[in-house]
Amino acid sequence: MALITVKDLALGYESRTIAENLNFKVEAGDYLCIVGENGSGKTTLMKTLLELKAPMSGEVIRGEGLKANEVGYLPQQTVVQRDFPASVQEIVLSGCQSRCGLRPFYNKEEKEIAQKNMERMGISDLAGRCYRELSGGQQQRVLLARALCATRKILLLDEPVSGLDPNATIGMYRLIKELNEEGITIIMISHDVSAALRYASHILHVGNDLFFGTKEQFLKSEIGKSILITEDNDK
Amino acid sequence: MIDKLFLYLQYPFVRYAVIVGVLIALCSSLLGVTLVLKRFSFIGDGLSHVAFGAMAIATVVNVSNNMLLVLPITIGSAILLLRTGQNTKIKGDAAIAMISVASLAFGYLLMNIFSTSSNLSGDVCSTLFGSTSILTLSKQEVWLCIALSVMVLLIFVLFYNKIFAITFDETFSKAAGIRTNAYNLLIATVIAVIIVLAMNLVGSLLISALVIFPALSSMKLYKNFKSVTVCSAIISVICALAGLLISILAGTPVGSTIVAADVAMFAICCVAEKVMGARA
Repeated sequence: MALITVKDLALGYESRTIAENLNFKVEAGDYLCIVGENGSGKTTLMKTLLELKAPMSGEVIRGEGLKANEVGYLPQQTVVQRDFPASVQEIVLSGCQSRCGLRPFYNKEEKEIAQKNMERMGISDLAGRCYRELSGGQQQRVLLARALCATRKILLLDEPVSGLDPNATIGMYRLIKELNEEGITIIMISHDVSAALRYASHILHVGNDLFFGTKEQFLKSEIGKSILITEDNDK
Repeated sequence: MIDKLFLYLQYPFVRYAVIVGVLIALCSSLLGVTLVLKRFSFIGDGLSHVAFGAMAIATVVNVSNNMLLVLPITIGSAILLLRTGQNTKIKGDAAIAMISVASLAFGYLLMNIFSTSSNLSGDVCSTLFGSTSILTLSKQEVWLCIALSVMVLLIFVLFYNKIFAITFDETFSKAAGIRTNAYNLLIATVIAVIIVLAMNLVGSLLISALVIFPALSSMKLYKNFKSVTVCSAIISVICALAGLLISILAGTPVGSTIVAADVAMFAICCVAEKVMGARA
């Protein structure tokens, strides 16, 4: 049984359909990249996978005992967060909230998890710093550490490198790859097809041309070829 | 001057005013940080106008205890406003403006048509600006206020971590399986309770000041959520006390004096931020 199985999924708002006939499976340990044009429904798909939004039709099946509170999510940054007065530690710790249930305060174990994930992301020296004073790359690491507090199994990332400088972008991709090698399943939305091809094991293309398969299959497919040719021409 | 102060403090109504004033300042500042960060600074203004409209209805239909009508109506509007946060046709700020202006207009209209008092503009003025109502509190009202404040404090402390998480990133919390809607409902209810309480102190027009000034001041000084919250509570209590004492001594209107103290504190914090920034 796959970690996530998507069957005949249709996405949209109110009566307008954005994407339909989505069928794919995510196995444990996969690195899936979701690519596609703007407005093709990438973020909507992710929100549906997270159960934040109900599908218009079709279904998302979670297997292998994957519970709602075992999913780590790295959303796109919001305006509110950009000038939020909070320390790195407070933010990372808030990733543990789903473990608390109705318990009002964090316990020792949760504080250790937060500490461990900060070390994993190489930001433990920033613990007391204010979030809004960090660089874009550091902020993303903080949010990634928070997402890791919420999960051991699967991470959903919504354009984790948008707005980062080239160095930070490479650092971020490496970090995600490392996490994947440690056994965490990755589902990532990306604009950057070449990076997707470098790191991912599977590609899902949404939009007018639907495609799902491994990276190798994508490279041989019509849609894959046409995208790569346009990219080459741009260079 | 000190003698004069002690003389006044011997009167129970002055002591009541001080107790209620400090409690309200404390409660309103706690959620102020959340509201400012969630871009809901104006909800205080909007809800207080709703409470004003409800008060007018209560006066007209002659309910024995105003609170019975004002509190549910205000809570209802708060839920409506905070719920409409995202994905709606009318955006948050427009919705607040709409509800606020409409209830202000209807409140005044009702009071005008079914006027029972000879001094209508005086009544309106005191509901809007607070005036003397804080000095005419009964023992019952003081206890009610204490009880509600304790409740607000308890809720805030118990749900502090959840409130932080939801304020910082609602989508993430929701994805992690937190029932954000329930917590938003809770926040809305608490805000409504605070606003109805605060109407007695500063009147409906100045409530926004009580909610946002301490939060903004402490955000100038501190950079993590806990310190900001604690500091804004302290600033708010200090300003409320200072404002109350000054207004007792100088005979100025209570609400406006407290807000003036808040503004002064904000100015001080701005300067302090500049000084600390220059040193760092």
